[in-house]
Amino acid sequence: MASSAQPARNAAPSSGDPSPGSVLSAADVARMVDRMAHQLIERAATDADAGDTTAGLANLVLVGIPTRGAPLARRLAARIEAFSGVTVDVATVDITLYRDDLRRRGVRALEPTELPAGGIDDRLVVLVDDVLYSGRSVRAALDALRDLGRPKAVQLAVLVDRGHRELPIRADLVGKNLPTSRTQKVSVRLVETDGVDEVLVTEERVAGRVDEP
Amino acid sequence: MKRHLLEAADLDRDDATLVLDTAAQIDQALAGREVKKLPTLRGRTVVNLFYEDSTRTRISFELAAKRLSADVINFSAKGSSVSKGESLKDTALTLEAMGADAVVVRHSSSGAPHRLANWVRGSVVNAGDGTHEHPTQALLDAYTIRQRLGRVEGVRVAIVGDVLHSRVARSNVGLLHTLGAEVTLVAPPTLLPVGVGSWPAEVSYDLDAVLPKVDVVMMLRVQAERMNASFFPSAREYSRRYGLDARRMGALPDDAIVMHPGPMNRGMEIAAEVADSARSTIVEQVANGVSTRMAVLYLLLGGAPQ
Repeated sequence: MASSAQPARNAAPSSGDPSPGSVLSAADVARMVDRMAHQLIERAATDADAGDTTAGLANLVLVGIPTRGAPLARRLAARIEAFSGVTVDVATVDITLYRDDLRRRGVRALEPTELPAGGIDDRLVVLVDDVLYSGRSVRAALDALRDLGRPKAVQLAVLVDRGHRELPIRADLVGKNLPTSRTQKVSVRLVETDGVDEVLVTEERVAGRVDEP
Repeated sequence: MKRHLLEAADLDRDDATLVLDTAAQIDQALAGREVKKLPTLRGRTVVNLFYEDSTRTRISFELAAKRLSADVINFSAKGSSVSKGESLKDTALTLEAMGADAVVVRHSSSGAPHRLANWVRGSVVNAGDGTHEHPTQALLDAYTIRQRLGRVEGVRVAIVGDVLHSRVARSNVGLLHTLGAEVTLVAPPTLLPVGVGSWPAEVSYDLDAVLPKVDVVMMLRVQAERMNASFFPSAREYSRRYGLDARRMGALPDDAIVMHPGPMNRGMEIAAEVADSARSTIVEQVANGVSTRMAVLYLLLGGAPQ
C-alpha cells in the first residue's frame, strides 16, 4: 500500500542496519503503535454510549486493510490488551474488488476478508492502514464496509500520513505526518510482511511505474 | 493470464492456482453477506453466447457476471437470427459492435471458441465446445477437490465413463495434471479416444480394480446425444461394468469423494443413493462453479483492456 514520498528529515536510525532512505526505525514504529493504542483506549473511555472503557473497547473492531493494515491492526489490538486488559476484535477487509483503478493498474491477487463472528453491525469500526496518500484505498474500504454491514461509526487510523489527498478523507489517528512530494515513494515495512520494522522514503520514481495511491 | 480461456492448457500452474485462490477469497468475502454483490466489473458487458442447451453452466456464468456487477446479455441460438442462417462470425461481429467486453461461448462444434477468439477484441471464455474442452468445469472440479481434500497435488483421481465424448474429461486431465494430480481414465475401449495413450493419464478398463486406489472418482455422463454408433451392447451392461453403485462406493477409501459434472443419468452411470450420499460433491460443484467463474471473469476482465 505504501507509496512515494520524500523525507522531511533524514532521521538517524536508533538501532540495527538502516536501509537507505529510512526515516523511522523499529523503535519509532513501536512508539507510534503504542501511542495510537493509548489514544484508542482514551476514545473508548469517552464513548458516551458505551458507559465505561471496557464496554467501549468491547464494541470496537479494528479492521485492517491488507496487506500491511492487517498486521498493524493485530499489533494495535495486542497493545490495547497489554495496556487495558481488554481483548479487542480484529478483522480484515480486502478492498481489491472495490478499487477504482483496476482498469488502469490491472488485476491482482486477492487477500483474505475476515469479519468477527457477530459481524460489524452497530460496532465502532476503526479502519487501519499503513500509509494514507490519495485516500482512494480508504474510499474503497468504505464501499466494502457498506456491503458488509452497518457500523455505528467508522474511523480511520494510519501509521503514516504523507499528504496529497485526492478525496475529502482524513485520518482520526495518525502515527506520523510525513510531508512528501508526489515523486517520492513511502514504504512502510513490518516484521510480519517484510522481516523488519521501518519506514522508508526514497526518490525512486522508476520510469513507467504508477504509484499506488 | 492469457486474454482468453479456451482450454485447460491456457493455464499454467501459477495461473490455475491464482484462479483457485481468487475463488476461495471471493467465497470467503461473500460468505454470510446479505448483499452478495461486488462492484468490480461495473460497466463491463458479458455476452453469454449459447449455441447448445445448458442449464447450470449458463446460469452459473450469468450469476457470476451479475455478482461482479457486469451487464449480462444472454443469447441462445434458439429464437435468434441464427435460426435465420446467420453465421457464427456475423453473430460475433454484431456482438462486438454492441461493445461486448467478454464472450462466454458454448458451441456444439469443437474449436468454435478458438475461431471466435480471432474475430473479437474482448476476452473469449470457452463454456464447452463439442467434444473438445470445458475449462471452467475443470477449474471448479479442482476447486472442489481442494476444498474437500485440502490439496490437489498428489491426489489420485479416476475419471470414469464416456471419455470419448467428454470435454469435461479432456479439460480435467489437462488441468489436474498441471496441478500435480494423478489421473486414471476408466472406460470401455470403445469410449476412449484415439491417441489417449499420449494423454498425461493412466488408462484402465477395470473400474473395480481402480476404485480402492483413488481419492476422487469423477463419473462422466453417458452422452447419448453424441452417440451415433453403438459403443456398448446395452445400458444395463454399461451400468453393470462402469456404473457407480453403493457396493462399488464401499470399495473406495474412507475419505474419497464422488464427483459428477451434471446432468446425471441416475441409474445409468451413477446410482441415486450414491449421488445423494455424503461423499457426493455434486451440489457443492454447482455452488463452487459460481465463485470459480467469478474468479475467471475478474482475472480476465478486471484489469486494463488490452
